[in-house]
Amino acid sequence: MSEAARKLDYETIWGGEEELSVLTFNLNGETFAIEAIVVQEILDLLPETHVPGSKSFVSSVINFRGKVIPLADIRLAFGMDATETTIDSRIVVIELDLDDEATLIGLRTDKVNEVTTLPKLASEPPPSVGMRWRADYINCLVKRGGEFIIVPNLHAIFSSKRDRTGAAQVPN
Amino acid sequence: MSNPDPISVFRTEAAELLEQIESGLLDLTRSLDDRDQIDAVFRGLHTLKGSGAMFGFDALAAFTHHCETAFDRVRKGDVPATHELVSAVLSAQDHMRALLETPNGDHDAMSTSLLDNLHRAVNGAGSPAPVAVAATAAAPVKEDAGGMREWRIRFRLPANAMANGTNPLGLLDEMRDLGDCKIVADISQVPDLATLEPRDMHLGWDVALKTDRPRADIEDVFIFVMDDMELEIAEIAGEKPAAAPKPVETPAAKAVVVAEREAPAIQAANDSKQNKSAENVRVPAERLDEMMDRVGELVIAQSRLTQLAGTAADLGLRSVSEEIERLSGELRDTMMVLRMMPVASLFSRFRRLVHDLSRETGKEIELITEGETTEVDKTVIDRLADPLVHLVRNSIDHGLEKPEERLAAGKEAKGQVILSAHQTGGEVIITIKDDGRGINRERVRAKAESSGIIQPGATLTDQDLLQLIFQPGFSTAQAVTNLSGRGVGMDVVKKTVEALRGTIDIVSKPGEGSTVSLRIPLTLAIIEGLLVRVGQGCYVIPLSAVEECLELSLEDDLRSRGRSFISLRDSLVPFLRLRELFRTGTEPDQHQKVVVISTGSERVGLVVDQIIGDHQTVIKSMSKLHHDVVTFSGATILGDGSVALILDVTHLIAVGQHQEAQLRAAG
Repeated sequence: MSEAARKLDYETIWGGEEELSVLTFNLNGETFAIEAIVVQEILDLLPETHVPGSKSFVSSVINFRGKVIPLADIRLAFGMDATETTIDSRIVVIELDLDDEATLIGLRTDKVNEVTTLPKLASEPPPSVGMRWRADYINCLVKRGGEFIIVPNLHAIFSSKRDRTGAAQVPN
Repeated sequence: MSNPDPISVFRTEAAELLEQIESGLLDLTRSLDDRDQIDAVFRGLHTLKGSGAMFGFDALAAFTHHCETAFDRVRKGDVPATHELVSAVLSAQDHMRALLETPNGDHDAMSTSLLDNLHRAVNGAGSPAPVAVAATAAAPVKEDAGGMREWRIRFRLPANAMANGTNPLGLLDEMRDLGDCKIVADISQVPDLATLEPRDMHLGWDVALKTDRPRADIEDVFIFVMDDMELEIAEIAGEKPAAAPKPVETPAAKAVVVAEREAPAIQAANDSKQNKSAENVRVPAERLDEMMDRVGELVIAQSRLTQLAGTAADLGLRSVSEEIERLSGELRDTMMVLRMMPVASLFSRFRRLVHDLSRETGKEIELITEGETTEVDKTVIDRLADPLVHLVRNSIDHGLEKPEERLAAGKEAKGQVILSAHQTGGEVIITIKDDGRGINRERVRAKAESSGIIQPGATLTDQDLLQLIFQPGFSTAQAVTNLSGRGVGMDVVKKTVEALRGTIDIVSKPGEGSTVSLRIPLTLAIIEGLLVRVGQGCYVIPLSAVEECLELSLEDDLRSRGRSFISLRDSLVPFLRLRELFRTGTEPDQHQKVVVISTGSERVGLVVDQIIGDHQTVIKSMSKLHHDVVTFSGATILGDGSVALILDVTHLIAVGQHQEAQLRAAG
């Protein structure tokens, strides 16, 4: 993704507002935040069904109220290690527009913290160098207290994976 | 959703009306004097005009009005229905579609030329006078009041009438005094401006008069001019025009009785039709899907309840749980039926297609449809429409010969295309059969060789050769016609059918014709499957593809380390170990089973750890994020709420064949 496109995503998420309402959660000791508006539900862990042959970061599906939805582990997209589940582990169900189609996705998290607001003033786009993770998967970093909260670019994470394999889809 | 846009509601309704009108017209081409169909077409046009005007589709309403007027006259027996008229209205009906799609587009030229056609058709039938609009005409007016009768009066004054001092307006006024009347001027005999003689009388009139006065009173209006004018006075409602320029006293009493007896009968028929249509409720498809989801969840919750009740000692709980089990099962069955539609709705559009193609190609074609009442899921019907159009076009364009060729080959000049549907088990089989020349093997081979699909001189079985036409980019038509031969065809057809979990087969005898059969599951929403266990996971194999199950004996297992084949009644069947394919990392069960699956001629065995049993289940599609996983066509939710994946049989067979080929290559 180009620098310009990343800027655009950065501007889009703030939408001209000075504050962003988010849900924060932990993954491997880092704090992540996703827009509260895309969050559908927070679930306890459910029985998972492994999908042989799928990409590692969406390797299983769950039954979410009668719908079969993918369960994603964005840790793996960021190149972090998968960890054991704990008593605090939760699934955050989000709804994303992928190809103009609302898609439900479950996100595996270590712990869900709170719904809070992040000020735009404290945020900055990810630096192009000096990052352990792919910069295009991060929308912005928000400084709070002594730490940085990572706002992941969910569209980039879920659609870049899709584009690569898009040709395999059967045209209707 | 709760507040649908009225315009779009109208569009849907209008589309349905147009379909009704079309099917009525096509029926008429077969039996021109079918009163029911004439009435049906008229009613359709009438409703379309009315609601069109109501929703602001003025161009549509105005245009439809002319067609309605024409049909009104047919209906009343003024003009006979002819093939010309039906064709004219058919093409007019296409134009109505255009008016419906783009109400603001520029359609004037088209409208005018179509209306000319229409008028010619009506005139050609030997009746006087197409009508220039004046009044909003012609819902059939049924008379209920005692002495009220309706008359139709047509009159035309001699050319010198005005010179003789006759004032036609006075005549019209006198008629208005008799009762409620609608007057329409007949301008058909008005000459061009260049030859128009302004002092002559060119107009005629057509008057619908409702009055309680006797016929004689109407004749009195014309008493001073009657001698050299043309005058027709006829009672509407059944009786033919008396064509009498002179007063005749007879028809009175008897005619009235007949007319009155007829009218309520028609009324009753109309009523019953309207009642029938009122029984249908239009529901958006997504609401049905939502309900289907809820029912699916209910079934799952219910099976958990059954489990709990089974372990509890409470008799009351058990009986309630059984009651709920029965109810939810019934609810699910009802739900399934809701989505089913008869294939008639799919087949009906082909009559039009064949009608048009017959004209375009100059071939005489008879379309026979069978099994229209077979019911299939609506989604299947929607998705099948395009492939079927393609197949029917192919049959007509490539298959059927021209009449002279057919006669030379000793066949009837009229070619036949038979479109039939019937249900076997959980599948519907749709066949398209023609009695044309059949598929030309040499041409298929030549084409396949020239486009590099097969090696020159490759040996192929007949079936394999025929299958070549499903290859992408294949088309044998020497000339690209409007109908087919663009090479975008059969491979897309095959893909669509396979996406519906169906199969396509083709049988063709040179000189005798071809038959294409599609086997499609009745519904996409539910699947009969065989539930198997591989490692820790449960998987569903579509039961329609399962041929047989057998045990993989230890020696077969060991012997097949190098080559994965089992011999099954003297033929070798390659097999796949799903445990290895899915990388479960578990040890094989002691008694592994082989499930032999097939599509048509290919067979593959799947080695599983355990066969759990058959399982009827609601299919859930996989999300976009898993579209790259081709091994699975969907997922389903088991009784305990966990998810089981449904295997994609076609894909697995391809993997099996690939493996087989590799083994062969390795020798």
